Amino acid sequence: MPKWFTPAAILCGLMFIISPVLIARAPDEAAMGMVYKIYYYHMPSAWMFLLAPLVCGVSSAFFLARGRAEDDRRAWAAAELTVLFGALTLITGPLWARRAWGTWWVWDARLTSSLVGWMIGWAYLILRRYGGPGSDKLAAGVALFGAVNVPFIYISVNYWRTIHPPTTVVPKLRADMGVPLWFCVFAFLLLFILLMTMRLRLEHARTRLDAMYVALDE
Amino acid sequence: MSPSMNNGMRVVRRALGVCAALLLLAGPVLAGQNQPPQPQDEFVPVGNSPAPEQIPAAPLLIGAYIVVLGGLFFYVLSLSRRLGAVQQDVQRLEGELKRRGRS
Repeated sequence: MPKWFTPAAILCGLMFIISPVLIARAPDEAAMGMVYKIYYYHMPSAWMFLLAPLVCGVSSAFFLARGRAEDDRRAWAAAELTVLFGALTLITGPLWARRAWGTWWVWDARLTSSLVGWMIGWAYLILRRYGGPGSDKLAAGVALFGAVNVPFIYISVNYWRTIHPPTTVVPKLRADMGVPLWFCVFAFLLLFILLMTMRLRLEHARTRLDAMYVALDE
Repeated sequence: MSPSMNNGMRVVRRALGVCAALLLLAGPVLAGQNQPPQPQDEFVPVGNSPAPEQIPAAPLLIGAYIVVLGGLFFYVLSLSRRLGAVQQDVQRLEGELKRRGRS
């Protein structure tokens, strides 16, 4: 692992220990009460869920253009994080919605496009796992669709009729609500970088292992 | 026009009629649906009076945090295990290759 990994992992762990304290100190929201505090983990998860398919899509585009294995490895690592953060977002969202909207799920543009984005992440991983030879390029094509879906997910709350809060909520947050949120966002971003590093290391080790098996067979 | 063509045209006309009827019926049905509540465009801190609680919030809030922290913990655990297993294989094969006099 790189030298910065261990200090960054310790810092990330500390941030996740401190974050519940900051969240507990934040005031309740007038209309939703304390259940809105799910937001402090839901939104950073959702942002990582948007970042991961972007990394996956851009890396896949580079892989299709240049054919470098490093780009492919990065795309694969990011696809796994798409599924992870997508699952966290799609589980915490309905838990919040049950209390705030009175329903677990609505088929509006934001929720539906998020579900589609999550399924594209799964499609990428299933293709890589069971697709056989050539699945790397097929999966890269799928990843491009996943990346194109990201801006649609982001703007969907501003352009289509929905009960999901729009993107304007974040800049309007008062300091005692905003500081814990940005603290959590940085904690999740640091975690994302650490997980990407670990996952990429796994891919490098697998590549090395494959090369060694080939050398043993010769 | 042959009898079979007449039958075909009749089927097409009936299908078009059914589609038109469905379209005409769909309008009022869709219009009759309940309008969803308006989205919040701002989060306001609660004042002195607490918000009314119909559905208990605490289990949902705690559940959400358990899902996130638990999910992240199990993913890190799975990643560490996979990484450990592959690195163990790499070390084993390195030894094997050295034994055979290759690098």
